[in-house]
Amino acid sequence: MTALLEVEGLTAFYGWSQVLHGISFVVAQGGITAILGANGAGKTTTLRAVSGMVRTAGVVRFAGQRIDGKATEDIVRLGIAHVPEGRGTFVNLTVEENLRLGAYVRRDKARVAADLDRVYGYFPILAQRRRQLAGTLSGGEQQMLALARALMLRPRLLLLDEPSLGLAPFVVREIFDIVRTINREEGVGVLLVEQNAAMALHLADRAYLLETGRVVMAGAAAELRQNETVRRAYLGY
Amino acid sequence: METLLQQLASGLASGGIYASLALALVMIYQATDVVNFAQGEMAMFSTYLAWTLLNAGVPYWAAFVATVVLSFVGGLLIERLIIRPVEDAPILSIVIVCIGLLVILNSLAGWIYSYIIKPFPSPFPPRPLRLGSVVFGTHDLGVIGITLLMLLGLYVFFRFTPLGLAMRAAAQNPVSSRLVGIRVGWMLALGWGLAAVLGAVAGMLVAPVVFLEPNMMSGILIYAFASATLGGFTSPVGAVVGGFLVGITENLVGTYVPLIGTELKLTVALVLIIGVLLVRPSGLFGRATVRRV
Amino acid sequence: MAKLDEALVSSKLRYPWRASRVLGYGKGMAGGLLFAAAVVVPFFLSNYQVFQLTLAYVYAIALLGLNLLTGYNGQISLGHGAFYAIGAYTAAIMMERWQIPYGWTLPAAGVICLGVGWLFGIPALRLEGLYLALATFTLALAVPQLLKYFEAWTGGVQGIVLMKPEVPWGLPVNQDQWLYFLTLGVLLLAMLLGRNLLHGRVGRAIVAIRDHPVAAATMGIHVPLYKALTFGVSAMYTGVAGALGAIVIQFVAPDSFNVFLSISFLVGIIVGGLASISGAIFGALFIQFVPNYAQDLSKAAPWAIYGVFLILCMYVMPTGIAGFLRRLTRRWQVGGTADRAV
Repeated sequence: MTALLEVEGLTAFYGWSQVLHGISFVVAQGGITAILGANGAGKTTTLRAVSGMVRTAGVVRFAGQRIDGKATEDIVRLGIAHVPEGRGTFVNLTVEENLRLGAYVRRDKARVAADLDRVYGYFPILAQRRRQLAGTLSGGEQQMLALARALMLRPRLLLLDEPSLGLAPFVVREIFDIVRTINREEGVGVLLVEQNAAMALHLADRAYLLETGRVVMAGAAAELRQNETVRRAYLGY
Repeated sequence: METLLQQLASGLASGGIYASLALALVMIYQATDVVNFAQGEMAMFSTYLAWTLLNAGVPYWAAFVATVVLSFVGGLLIERLIIRPVEDAPILSIVIVCIGLLVILNSLAGWIYSYIIKPFPSPFPPRPLRLGSVVFGTHDLGVIGITLLMLLGLYVFFRFTPLGLAMRAAAQNPVSSRLVGIRVGWMLALGWGLAAVLGAVAGMLVAPVVFLEPNMMSGILIYAFASATLGGFTSPVGAVVGGFLVGITENLVGTYVPLIGTELKLTVALVLIIGVLLVRPSGLFGRATVRRV
Repeated sequence: MAKLDEALVSSKLRYPWRASRVLGYGKGMAGGLLFAAAVVVPFFLSNYQVFQLTLAYVYAIALLGLNLLTGYNGQISLGHGAFYAIGAYTAAIMMERWQIPYGWTLPAAGVICLGVGWLFGIPALRLEGLYLALATFTLALAVPQLLKYFEAWTGGVQGIVLMKPEVPWGLPVNQDQWLYFLTLGVLLLAMLLGRNLLHGRVGRAIVAIRDHPVAAATMGIHVPLYKALTFGVSAMYTGVAGALGAIVIQFVAPDSFNVFLSISFLVGIIVGGLASISGAIFGALFIQFVPNYAQDLSKAAPWAIYGVFLILCMYVMPTGIAGFLRRLTRRWQVGGTADRAV
């Protein structure tokens, strides 16, 4: 079985400073991969590198096809939806307009309308607020909107950047549940970047530990959960 | 009373021109964060194109449509070729490039068409329209009609079409826009194209009144600046309302306050701009923006 | 003081050449040679050519003023032609209406423009970047109309014709040469004063405000005061230039102070080099002589060339002629380059 996303020797730069030093990882077809690490380890950069938003070297294969060096706009068209750090909602547009933008590259209008109902089914609160400006939503609702907008693409791979950041635990649980549902029912692969290692390892099947731009540990999520170092440093027990 | 109504009508007519140009300024401001100082000269140049076509015997409305299309392409190309290289440069650089563009267009027009003032036809019959005892100029009414139609069209475009939505998104949040697959660069270029169209229509409608010459738009641009400032550079609706307000005020003041009359028109605009910027920098409808440090 | 020096250090990091005194000696020599040439040259030129060169010096003074504001302090003005006009009309009205000797018009124009510039600078403080450009651009467009409106003073569209000043103290030069030396003297004085101002404490504050206004404020620099002051001093320079210009041309009329005058000043500082004192001279020579030659092509050609230069400078030569030369000489002497973005 070929992996959905295969990354080999990925390096990335901001200006002159190198942030990633040749990292490799995979997301299996229909799998969930978590990348863990402290602040500044390069987690966000890893996602940005996959989306073609930073200068990179190395090989990134999506469903067997090279996507490194491609423009962000083209990578989106292949079916990779990126929920960025800070959620990236269009605060001056309505909730529904945000969702429609999620399906901007799709040409199958009838199914887009159906998908709109589908994501409202996942997030009923968004249906209530569909005419409201996105900027007036609470943090949790904005995170839901960001996830919902990504789903409107009908992605094959979902990139999630710290979905738990700044949210109450019960909201985080709700969001993670929905990610799991989407993954199971629609076979969408997920690449998740998290500081909340406990939640992430619970959800993921594979996990990588990133320290200052290098992968220092890799394996099945269950294994990492048992690992002494990870437990002490990231899980806190 | 009759004078008042007539003045109101011509105020609305010039207001429509200001509103179009102010909307063009706001559109570019929202997309690229820059006040396009060359907006007036772009409009002037479009009007010369229309004049060339008319002179070649093309019927008015065909020339009108052709000019709109050419201007759209021209605006698009200006963004892609001239503005693009300095897109991420500091404000001063972009302002200077716009000024450079202004100067180039102005002198090109002078070079090609000379500085001699030319008459420009109105598509509307010269016979005035009589409503009871009030007489309206048909050109005024036509201008009001066309500008309103155009503004309505733009509203529908931005509000209800996916492309319009994408343009608004790109102006607000370029990074997120790229993440949903919007080609932001093209959206900005499209904004310049539409702005050029607005300018072209304004130019063709105002040319029968002010006559055609390379500097014809400078006074009108200032009034468009005043309109956009009054309405708020961050608000398209504000720019339109501001345009009509400025147009009406200008006509009423010109009629009823002889001291200022028309001789200090530009100074009035200057005072208005500085006044609004001091009292309410975001304008009547604008959002106060958080300044990046 | 220590705080201000920190501000300077930060700008030194960004503009390393300022820290270097390597070129001091060579620069001094070059300056001396240029000065000698400037003194000798009017005796080898026709009166008309002397007049043209004089006018270039006049522009150089105006450009120094604009550069102080835009290049050093980072405030955009698209309307400095207004201050030039005020200076010119001050001189014209004093000389023609009140029969005051022309020598007095220069300080008078300077003081008036300092005041007007200061006053304009106060509302301008609240106008950031783009809005300041907008307001000054409108000012530039409104000037001719205002001048025509106050006809009783300005002579309206007809303008005011002035007498050519006599040569004082029986000096062995003709009238054009006298005006040349007078202008040269004022220019040198203006450059010297500008240099001293910028190299002192005030200058460091002015530059710090451009580079990082918030940091400057937290370092205890009174930002509004310095910005208004810079505006005033900048207007003063340009006003003195305007007065000199009126005396040299012996004529003022509203339409010579249109928006294109302001734009040519902008062209001057951009082509000459932002934040450079010697750049003012290059810029002035450019705006004085390029149009003369381009005019042969078409009446519109000078402006087309200006426009192309403005845009190209922004693309390839953001430091102008002065910065370009500096980079060349640095490469040659130190083997490094000092690059900067505008």
